[in-house]
Amino acid sequence: MINIRLNVNNEDYQVEVAPYHTLRDVLRDKLGFIDVKNGCNEGECGSCTVLVDGKPVTSCLMLAAQAQGKRITTARGLATDGKLHPLQEKFIDCGAVQCGYCTPGMLMVAKALLDKNPNPTEEEVRAAISGNICRCTGYQQIVEAIMAAAAEMNK
Amino acid sequence: MEHKDKQKQTFYVVGKRLDGLDEKAKVAGSVIYADDFTMERMLYAKVFRSTRASAKIKSIDTTAARSLPGVVTVITAEDVPNNRSVTGAVGQTAELGLVQTVQQLVLAEDRVRFYGEPIALVAAEDPDIAKAALKLIKIEYEDIPGVFDPEEAMKDDTPKVHGDNNIIAHWELRRGDIDKAFREADVIVENDYQTQFQEHAHLEPESGVAWIDDDGVLNLRVATQVIEQYREIAHILGIAESKVRIRGTLIGGGFGGKEDLTVEPYIALLSWKTGRPVKLTYEREEMMYGRHKRHPYKMRYKHGATKDGQLVAMEATLISDSGAYVYLSSWVLLYSTVHSTGPYYIPNVKVDSYSVLTNNIYTSAFRSFGAIQVAVACESQMDILARELKMDPAELRAKNYLKTGDKTGTGQRIDSEVLLTETQEAAVKALGDRSKPSAPYMKVGRGFASCWQSYGRMCYLHDTSSAWVGMELDGSAVVRCGIPDLGGGQRESLRQIAAELIGAPLERVHVISTDSQVTPLAGTVTATRALFMSGNAVKLAAEAIRHDLLQKASEMLGENPENLDMCDGEVFASRNRENKIPLAQVVKAIKSEGNPLEVLRTFRAPAAEPVTREILEGQIFPDFTFGSQAAEVEVNTLTGKVNVSKMVGAYDVGKAINPKRVEGQIEGGMAQGLGYALLEEFIEDKGIPQNVNLTTYILPTSKDVPDIQSIILESGSGKGPFGAKGIGEPAIVATAPAILNAIYDAVGVRIKKIPATPESVFYHLKERGERT
Repeated sequence: MINIRLNVNNEDYQVEVAPYHTLRDVLRDKLGFIDVKNGCNEGECGSCTVLVDGKPVTSCLMLAAQAQGKRITTARGLATDGKLHPLQEKFIDCGAVQCGYCTPGMLMVAKALLDKNPNPTEEEVRAAISGNICRCTGYQQIVEAIMAAAAEMNK
Repeated sequence: MEHKDKQKQTFYVVGKRLDGLDEKAKVAGSVIYADDFTMERMLYAKVFRSTRASAKIKSIDTTAARSLPGVVTVITAEDVPNNRSVTGAVGQTAELGLVQTVQQLVLAEDRVRFYGEPIALVAAEDPDIAKAALKLIKIEYEDIPGVFDPEEAMKDDTPKVHGDNNIIAHWELRRGDIDKAFREADVIVENDYQTQFQEHAHLEPESGVAWIDDDGVLNLRVATQVIEQYREIAHILGIAESKVRIRGTLIGGGFGGKEDLTVEPYIALLSWKTGRPVKLTYEREEMMYGRHKRHPYKMRYKHGATKDGQLVAMEATLISDSGAYVYLSSWVLLYSTVHSTGPYYIPNVKVDSYSVLTNNIYTSAFRSFGAIQVAVACESQMDILARELKMDPAELRAKNYLKTGDKTGTGQRIDSEVLLTETQEAAVKALGDRSKPSAPYMKVGRGFASCWQSYGRMCYLHDTSSAWVGMELDGSAVVRCGIPDLGGGQRESLRQIAAELIGAPLERVHVISTDSQVTPLAGTVTATRALFMSGNAVKLAAEAIRHDLLQKASEMLGENPENLDMCDGEVFASRNRENKIPLAQVVKAIKSEGNPLEVLRTFRAPAAEPVTREILEGQIFPDFTFGSQAAEVEVNTLTGKVNVSKMVGAYDVGKAINPKRVEGQIEGGMAQGLGYALLEEFIEDKGIPQNVNLTTYILPTSKDVPDIQSIILESGSGKGPFGAKGIGEPAIVATAPAILNAIYDAVGVRIKKIPATPESVFYHLKERGERT
């Protein structure tokens, strides 16, 4: 076991991990970030997506130790002082949340997209979230929500 | 006492695109799904599964597994108090009748019948140790000949999966004189169709935690569509039903995958044995090969029509693959048989359906429950017939759609409105102008399909749903209802209905759901029944409270109760809003007179006696939802790849309690239907699974699914609350045939076996090219 420091949502955590522990398992099981979901364990579904230094990563495929020294963001880190991020608001507004299991991962990917490209086309939105499976919504309302959030944030 | 209200004229909450309170928790990432939950001293379970499709278990040795440090217990069939007690009745007490059961086992005894069949359970201090223990279980198999094709399995001289007959269900439709009708028909169209195993692929794995509480009650906190399964757990353990409590979680998708027992028996057994909390979460691969799939069907369809497009005869044979156990195969087959005619009036009908055991993975419930397969066949037939008759497919269908008052193939009278023509026109019109091909080798095509799907369970099951509504002194309210929430906003609908009727603001209505010992049992979240049943139950309870509130308010305001209305925590005169009083004041007045303003009501669906004959007759379902879908595709003639460029779904949902959620169901159903049509197939080769992860089982992504337009029609003629119908399952039914019809329109090839993969389309094109 090795002792590492992880910075999650702007807070530092000291945690003991085995070399083979994934970032997802450490976030969920050791640090209580249950917003990072368990969907497939092989980087296919996207539900474990977090941001590592602003870039979306399927945390089930990243070793926890690799994340030392990097800034990790999870869906819980989106709201500031209790106020929801425009993406979160628009997801609710547009009906983009059904079972909610893909939602944290989708929000992370969407945030990374809008940080890099504040005015995406619908094509670009669809491409950005194409690594995140949603089985409930058919993606329509998710795409609308991200476009609406972009519009809101560009005001 | 029932309180018959006059039809509510003004809606303040119902029908509005309101945000749900659960959605806030979901975007914040604070919902505790089944796998997110832990307890102190909790053990982790794993299931040891068969790696043969058909074999005797010669010996099994768990000694090494038991001795691994950190392993607390290993359970095999002989440790299960009642290994053979599981019934086929999912959350219901009434019998369907005429159902041949094959004994379902909790754990395999001396034989395995499908790859993935559970044989032993391990509980250990951590999941890695549990996994390591599985590898230490020594098992010796002796292969027995198996059977993997249902048509083969129907023959006398093939291996038998259980007992002496692989055919475990047979249903019939009989009406009129089929031979005469075909003799007199001007045109006959006969074709074979085939559909595949489909995997639910809900994003959340099956998961749950079991523990024994201070009162000695076994608790299961589990993602399940049926909390009534606590009865099955009690029988397996040989304890009283009152000693098992299921607390259902907000579910991360189900689609029928969490309808039968999944992790419940295993965590129950392990927790009961060890006295400690036990968690089991399936791995994605385990979900693929360890849990049921949608029934593959082979279907032969024959239609006869007059030269001006009147359907006169329909004959069909349906064969479904039940896999190694029966589960809900008989019920699914019944649905297929009833829905096999499509939403059309056909005077002469002959349908024979069979469900057959094989050594493939067992098959059971999946969104649409048997109606989706026959829609592929039926709606392809309609298009083929139209072209034979040189008729517009829209016109052919419109000529034959069921109308209010018509009788279905079983003789059930359709008493709701039927807006099929309207949905067809709306869907096709919304496609807009035909797109231009994006390259010379691309061909654009359009197609549509109409469909019907029952909502509410089979009447034989005497379905009921209960709910409790209670007012607080400050005018807020609590709703208690057992209905599980699959993610479709089932309990948000209850909140909206209650808020509407009792006049409380939406945020002040708290819904407690899905606890078998705390919330009145509301039945399963299956069969598109949640809104119909639990919505009606909440409506009954809330209406009773509304009656008392308006009665008291009328005294306090000096107005007749019929002239009063409520919203946002106020009671007011409809014609003069200034004449008002806070709801809380009315509640206090009522409660201080000794009326606690707490009401429990049970809603009963139409009921029928168990089937006694294989011929299905009379009212089978409470009602049906009707709709149409249209699709535009672009077919790459070089690769066979089909790209769906536009999709529209139009449904009469009776009344949309929340249009946002209805649209979500239509769009989600259509995306899942697109996967069914083009991408998804779970493949087994002699019972050995070939694609067990999401790399090789292809799910639609945001790049596969185009913009989807959903069109809501509201006839108000449903049997649900405020005239609502159901939409969960109907949303998936018409997609595949709409796409298949569009492919034909694009390139002139008729795909009769789905999924219409690029390889399939390519070879069809090649074959057609070689023939011309």
